[in-house]
Amino acid sequence: MLNKKHWLLLASAGALTLTGAANAATLEDTVERGAVQCGVSDGLPGFSAPDGDGNWQGLDVDVCRAVAAAVLGDADAVNYISLNAVERFTALQSGEIDVLSRNTTWTTTRDTTLGLNFAGVTFYDGIGFMVSRDLGISGADELDGAAICIQSGTTTELNVADYFRANDMEFDPIVFDTSEQTVGGFQSGRCDVLTSDTSQLAALRIQLDDPNGAVILPDIISKEPLGPVVRQGDDTWFNIVKWSLFAMLNAEEYGVTSENVDEMTSSENPDIARLLGQDGNYGEGMGLEADWAYNIISQVGNYAESFDRNVGMDSPLEIERGVNALWNQGGFHYAPPIR
Amino acid sequence: MSVRPNARPAGHKPPFWRDRAKRALVFQLLLTAAVAVFLLYIVGNVQDNLSARGITTGFGFLNNTAGFGIVQSLIDYSSQATYGRTFLVGLLNTLLVGGLGVLAATLIGFIVGIARLSPNWLLARMATAYIETFRNIPLLLQIFFWYFAVLRALPSARDSMAFGEVIFLNVRGLYLPEPLFESGFGLIPAAFIVAIGASIALCVWNKRRQEATGKRIPAGWISLVLILGLPLLITVATGVPITWDVPELRGFNFRGGFTVIPEFLALWMALSIYTAAFIAEIVRSGIQAISHGQTEAAQALSLPRNLVLRLVVIPQALRVIIPPLTSQYLNLIKNSSLATAIGYPDLVSVFAGTTLNQTGQAIEVIAMTMAVYLTISLLVSMFMNWFNARVALVER
Repeated sequence: MLNKKHWLLLASAGALTLTGAANAATLEDTVERGAVQCGVSDGLPGFSAPDGDGNWQGLDVDVCRAVAAAVLGDADAVNYISLNAVERFTALQSGEIDVLSRNTTWTTTRDTTLGLNFAGVTFYDGIGFMVSRDLGISGADELDGAAICIQSGTTTELNVADYFRANDMEFDPIVFDTSEQTVGGFQSGRCDVLTSDTSQLAALRIQLDDPNGAVILPDIISKEPLGPVVRQGDDTWFNIVKWSLFAMLNAEEYGVTSENVDEMTSSENPDIARLLGQDGNYGEGMGLEADWAYNIISQVGNYAESFDRNVGMDSPLEIERGVNALWNQGGFHYAPPIR
Repeated sequence: MSVRPNARPAGHKPPFWRDRAKRALVFQLLLTAAVAVFLLYIVGNVQDNLSARGITTGFGFLNNTAGFGIVQSLIDYSSQATYGRTFLVGLLNTLLVGGLGVLAATLIGFIVGIARLSPNWLLARMATAYIETFRNIPLLLQIFFWYFAVLRALPSARDSMAFGEVIFLNVRGLYLPEPLFESGFGLIPAAFIVAIGASIALCVWNKRRQEATGKRIPAGWISLVLILGLPLLITVATGVPITWDVPELRGFNFRGGFTVIPEFLALWMALSIYTAAFIAEIVRSGIQAISHGQTEAAQALSLPRNLVLRLVVIPQALRVIIPPLTSQYLNLIKNSSLATAIGYPDLVSVFAGTTLNQTGQAIEVIAMTMAVYLTISLLVSMFMNWFNARVALVER
């Protein structure tokens, strides 16, 4: 893992050195390659992790599948590149991947100084704490002096430090490269607390030897909007990723699912007709066919389907929709209209 | 020297392209210029591409607030410190594990190397087993072994192993009492310095006396007693101006005292033990390079075995040992960057890891990190070359 990190950094330095001007033709390259280069995590159940057959599954994976469906008409035409938190931006900057869909928090620094663009929010999250049940702790304000396992290169490192300083508490940060190592540190007792986004904690908790021996504290100490990221300077590609996500959200809002999408093509509802390419070609501005959103919904499903299947009640994670519901159901997700 | 058949008569100057020295100079200038142009092109290209991709460049980020915590720091550090400070913290942590690693590896290496040549069958075989085991297992695996298999298996904070109720060992690390110095403490380091000065004077006097009369006193032992005893005497005489901050279990962890984190222990042990295996072989080869006649001659003078080693063999062996020893020191310091695999906050983990990722300025951060390792290695090399020149055989 160390060698891989260094190799990546060197490769990116080399790529930045030797390639010509920024390559703005991601769409053409993708069509020519016949596959979307998608950066995913090093294994986070529910978001991006290979299943028993080695196929990548998860909410973040579905974003890449949606982009592949929109661009190539085939949701399976994706090359997955597994990245840890430290490697992810360099891999995107250097062009090794074209979409980074890896539970990445949208922050000012990342959006403005790394040469990257965030294409929306797939999951509204926040940092929480997981502790061993027999410590008998009920709130984050009781964590003074704790040793905390954190994954390197995440916003968690910053937000946890902020939280403890603001509350005048001390902590020992034990920083590891991968989430697997942080879980190992937590299980062996090297740290009292495992911290990460609450969705990740839910995913990591089910990987523990004894999931019931650990509790996730109710406190959420930060805003962590997670979303897909693309390189700056290719607006067409940026639009494709952004609207692939919006298409999934709009499909949920209009009640279009992978089950009923074929019947819906004859729908009288003008919103649905525009979404499914029955009334005008809204993919044209992105260089896509009129059935781009149809392909996404028929092959990947709408946002609710993806959510339930990967992280929601149909999955082992059993995360409530909560703030991740649509705007008209008390949540934050609000996709601009297709027209 | 034969005269070449086409040699021109003296006095006639050939054109410069026929002059070998001038031709060589021209080619060297051309090569230098080509390398310089290539480097300039690369630097310019990097800058163009970075700005074309909207990636921030420059070293301004070093003054920005870091905002993350670091578990071990030799200098004052809080999450409000700057990225520049994280560089220093990481650098000092690297130097700490590198420096202590070099010390321990040298010590273990010399002992094992000499033990391997011991006439004692068991001792020699144990030394061989040590060398062959640790030299032939990859260092990263050894680090994992010490960290995951040995230190992770220690009991939790609540069930710590206690040594006399002042030292505690658990999965969180080694907790030692920390001395707190009160007024009147200044006398103790002063006594320490006086004792060292006296010891040096004693050794010099002992050597002169031996050269003059052939008699010697055990100056080493006297010095040891002096260096340890004098400060201790002063401590007792001044009414012990030291109180100990003993670690005690409060809340989650032991508070107070001095903590050695397990990441440091694992890395230090792995680096020392691994490198010591190589140093032991270097020491053995150095000793075997000395003609056995030297040993026999010394034994014929009825010198005891430890003096044969100390006065005759090792001083001569050192000049064989030191050049390869330098390489091992450099290896150890560079290998300490494997720290990142177990989360020890060294330069690579803190600066080329977290800082790089939070700022995204890969090229600057990696360049600084590489420059640091290069500088450390060159300095170590310089020192060892100087030391080598000092112990080199002076022909009389």
